[in-house]
Amino acid sequence: MSTELLTDGIDLVAVLLLGLGIKGLSKVRSARGANQLAAVAMGLAVLGLLIEIRPGPMAWLWIAAGTAAGGLAGVVTALRVPMTAMPEVVALFNGCGGLASLLVAVGVALFDSDGADMVALVSIAISVFVGAITFSGSIVAMAKLQGWLSTPAWTQSSLRHVVNISLAVAALVGAVLLPGDPAGLPLWLLVISSSLLGVGVTLPIGGADMPVVISLLNSYSGVAAAAAGFVVGSQLLIVAGAMVGAAGLILTQVMCTAMNRSLLSVLFGGALGASALSGGGGAGGEAGYSRITSCSPEECAMALEQAERVVFVPGYGLAVAQAQHALRELAKLLENHGVEVSYAIHPVAGRMPGHMNVLLAEADVPYEQLLEMDTINPEFPRTDVVIVLGANDVVNPDAKSDPTSPLYGMPVLEVDQARQVFVVKRSLGAGYSGISNALFERPQTAMVFGDAKAVLNGLLSELRSMGVGKVKVTA
Amino acid sequence: MSAFSQALWVLLLGSLLGLELIGKVPPTLHTPLMSGANAISGITVLASLTLIQKAGDNQALLLIGALSLGFALYNVVGGFLVTDRMLAMFRRKGDN
Repeated sequence: MSTELLTDGIDLVAVLLLGLGIKGLSKVRSARGANQLAAVAMGLAVLGLLIEIRPGPMAWLWIAAGTAAGGLAGVVTALRVPMTAMPEVVALFNGCGGLASLLVAVGVALFDSDGADMVALVSIAISVFVGAITFSGSIVAMAKLQGWLSTPAWTQSSLRHVVNISLAVAALVGAVLLPGDPAGLPLWLLVISSSLLGVGVTLPIGGADMPVVISLLNSYSGVAAAAAGFVVGSQLLIVAGAMVGAAGLILTQVMCTAMNRSLLSVLFGGALGASALSGGGGAGGEAGYSRITSCSPEECAMALEQAERVVFVPGYGLAVAQAQHALRELAKLLENHGVEVSYAIHPVAGRMPGHMNVLLAEADVPYEQLLEMDTINPEFPRTDVVIVLGANDVVNPDAKSDPTSPLYGMPVLEVDQARQVFVVKRSLGAGYSGISNALFERPQTAMVFGDAKAVLNGLLSELRSMGVGKVKVTA
Repeated sequence: MSAFSQALWVLLLGSLLGLELIGKVPPTLHTPLMSGANAISGITVLASLTLIQKAGDNQALLLIGALSLGFALYNVVGGFLVTDRMLAMFRRKGDN
């Protein structure tokens, strides 16, 4: 009895700490502590369960094996992954969480389903279904982000709906038949068709829509955990899973709003824009520009030297070129020269919301200088120079002014309000969405062609040779 | 109240709590939050441990349980660490 009180108490504290952890993660000041708090809560929950179930020697052996393997792999992955690959890694971790829920449900179905009631059997079916979709969907998402998988042409035709609907029907048949024969054919039908369905719904989605999918899959993994909670009868698991599921949905909605896409069109609309069809994004050709001005880093440096207020607009191209440190150096140089520097961060800059903030934080940019869209937009008219680095769709003025543009309605950074705009880009290729950008043809815009890192280093050396940033020694 | 309806209440309240807790987050924190929430979803470790305990001397079930424990822990440990790595980088001016 006293043990039960103890473990119940531990569970309650764990739920409380998990809640506080998630809440704290929403403020910059408390986020790190909150994450650690959530980790402690997780440890407590495990401790409470171990006290409750008192594993025997054989169980301990297997627990130790699983813990050593999973824990070690987790540490190694987490410490070695570069910040630019964060979306892939979140997808990978997420897939493994889904796989864990799937395995639990399959294990119970195969070996422990004698005398299971209807609730348990339905929970098993749900857990297998959601767990399998989370797993295979996340792995496909990871592979696509890594560039290991492209978007096959058939997935852009309506054929994919036929395939996916057939798979969904097969999964449903498996789920309905499962209670009659938990360890038999229906289980495997459900496992296989759900896994393939995860592949089928993720594969057609390309480019800029990928983060939305990862966020949604993150929500699914919460649902899978909650379902596993029903299977093994753990309320703690149900609460935590439900919280994560709800959180993932909110985040997904936030991302869709920022891109002016509805969740339905992300899921069923296929890759946005025709050029994304060949996969990977950024595939489009020279999209018929006629009034392009290009300039050298030298001219750009001269404009910077005379500016009083400079705004950088970093995009994923910056991260790909690993140029965030060079950018920070340039910003420092300008600040020493008395220039007011800030960074305009679009909600979906990078490949996940907040990804760009992480990348710039890695380069020691103070986060007060990272201004969100609503804060920075009114500031552009009094900005002398804007430098766009590897961003494209998020600065496209057509999104505001051209109702025929596919981007129309998406909130964008209004850099065309600034006095002078330099766009650093490798070529005139289209962005993720494959849509041409009217900004490039504006009279105050000049293109600086080249790799972001090379251009930034060019700017640095030009500015240094002009004597910018040197402390003036007066005799 | 049956155990099932009790569990449903828990599910309902947990979902509402999740919606409330995460309502307002600055975009800066969306990626860390996603990865932190992702780590928490690895709480499936509890189900894996229960499965191992229930397995008795069924070797196949022990193996499935241990595999699932490994994958769930990979999610938990990796998720929390990677989130910590990201958040450690959010410094303020002059914090160094």
